Amino acid sequence: MSRLAVPKTYKLYIGGNFPRSESGRTYEVTTPAGDFVANAALASRKDARDAVVAARAAVKGWAGATAYNRGQVIYRIAEVLEGRRAQFVDEISRTEGVTQAAAGAQVDAAIDVWVWYAGWADKYAQVAGNGNPVAGPYFNLSVPEPTGVVAAIAPQQRVGMSLLGLAAVVAPIIVSGNAVVVVPNQQAPLSAITLAEVLATSDVPGGVINVLTGSPVEMAPWLAAHADVNALDLAGAADIEWVDLQLSAAETLKRVLAPVSGVPAPALERITAFTETKTVWHTKSML
Amino acid sequence: MTIDHPVALAPAERAVRLLGGDLTEKALALHLDGLAGVDAVGLEQRAAGLATRSIKTSSKAWALDTIIRTCDLTTLEGADTPGKVRSLVAKAVTPDATDPTTPRVAAVCVYGDMVPYVVEALGSLHGDPDAGLVSVAAVATAFPSGRASLDIKLADTREAVAAGADEIDMVIDRGAFLSGRYGLVFDQIVAVKEACRRPDGTYAHLKVILETGELVTYDNVKRASWLAILAGADFIKTSTGKVSPAATLPVTLLMLEVIRDWHRLTGEKVGMKPAGGIRASKDAVRYLVTVAETVGEEWLTPHLWRFGASSLVNDVLLQRQKLRTGHYSGPDYVTVD
Repeated sequence: MSRLAVPKTYKLYIGGNFPRSESGRTYEVTTPAGDFVANAALASRKDARDAVVAARAAVKGWAGATAYNRGQVIYRIAEVLEGRRAQFVDEISRTEGVTQAAAGAQVDAAIDVWVWYAGWADKYAQVAGNGNPVAGPYFNLSVPEPTGVVAAIAPQQRVGMSLLGLAAVVAPIIVSGNAVVVVPNQQAPLSAITLAEVLATSDVPGGVINVLTGSPVEMAPWLAAHADVNALDLAGAADIEWVDLQLSAAETLKRVLAPVSGVPAPALERITAFTETKTVWHTKSML
Repeated sequence: MTIDHPVALAPAERAVRLLGGDLTEKALALHLDGLAGVDAVGLEQRAAGLATRSIKTSSKAWALDTIIRTCDLTTLEGADTPGKVRSLVAKAVTPDATDPTTPRVAAVCVYGDMVPYVVEALGSLHGDPDAGLVSVAAVATAFPSGRASLDIKLADTREAVAAGADEIDMVIDRGAFLSGRYGLVFDQIVAVKEACRRPDGTYAHLKVILETGELVTYDNVKRASWLAILAGADFIKTSTGKVSPAATLPVTLLMLEVIRDWHRLTGEKVGMKPAGGIRASKDAVRYLVTVAETVGEEWLTPHLWRFGASSLVNDVLLQRQKLRTGHYSGPDYVTVD
């Protein structure tokens, strides 16, 4: 007797939980040839709103953790990812329609991105911060601080970036202590939700990373105009009307990072783009 | 519990009308214990059903304004200061500085010793919420536990009224109620009501807090509601906010049903105030639906319906801003309480 397969329901990841979309909507994830692979939740603007609330609640604890601790937690993501490599290879090769070898290379690259940014957690402040010379017996220190809640659109091209693009967008945002609401690759979202399962089991506090599978065109305007979002990463928004997004982001003085083609290369600038520089004065000892 | 000798109770007008001239504890106990039991499953199902109503667009805008108009903006902390009370009054008068069309809240609710500061800060805006002004409510009678002698409870009440409180939120003696001494609870409410009397013969409104979280069963909540109404309560209120669970939708529904029954019996309208634990506009709208469906929309005025809340107003303001601007607002755009 043959066994009935138990297909997985791919849900959203908000505040450390895996809810369905409040709208109850789903969409079909297919292979490039059009064969059915799975149903994924189609997030609505209200899911985006809930995700921002969850992200806001998580900022304080995450930004308050020591830089060393954040680095450890992010490194742990890479470790757990490595352990579930086979599942990612399978999902990527099916949804992107690439070979197992190409999918494997992408997973490896994604792991390396997490490790690369994990290393920066307790180092970027030394590079981006400064002790300023002033005319008086004072220390004058400029230090980068996380900006808060960042909304991000992950790279959307179908092939070669569903997991890697997500890592390259999310890792630099959270490394400094921000929380993120990310819209992953719309056509190949499975690896993003499986990554969420990795996050849920790897010490990342709930709400620091929130994953909303669905349409960037539908959700991006709400996130861009949301008054409680501090910054916008439009990495994967090249194909949508991102000038309008910039305009509505300007209404609430958000930082905006423009779209990139392909996968954003690991760079310190992606970390510092989502920080604010705080300068403090402190008296020097007169002895 | 048996009562050997008929113990005469204070002749509260409503109770005399319902139970007869020689009002005794036995008569009261017979009435309360004779009330039909509450169908708990049915009650919770009804409340859950009411909570599924979808309120959108113009109805939602009306509901949000109604929540603010009927809100008792509350601060009841040991750490309260005159300064904190003044900033609360500023918020009561101008809930949203970015939108002057925002209605004022019904009242500011504080501990008795803070009443003079509220009165001073309100100045000419102190008055009837129906006229767009803000009332002053004070908790009294050894709030929140109610564990003090009657003399102290009455002095607490008189002092708040003398300082200018328009409304007194009293707590019942839950220990006495749970041990069946209904007469004691009844007499205390009547005495506090009398202490609400001002020199000119008018009365401060009396809200009677049942603290439903400590009453354990729905049957007890129903009895306590009847007891409070018979003793002369102008409002019955669920909770102090200091005990969990505080206000819940089923308890509020049950108390509203008692209010409805009393209205059918006598034509008198008694007010209702759920307090504690209502933080989201969505929850508050569910309460409004429950009121409209149980006692009728005419109850949705500040003289018959209040929310006791501290953080609810901020969430309502965020929703109002969303309706006005078309995009989601955030906590940076409302006060830090």
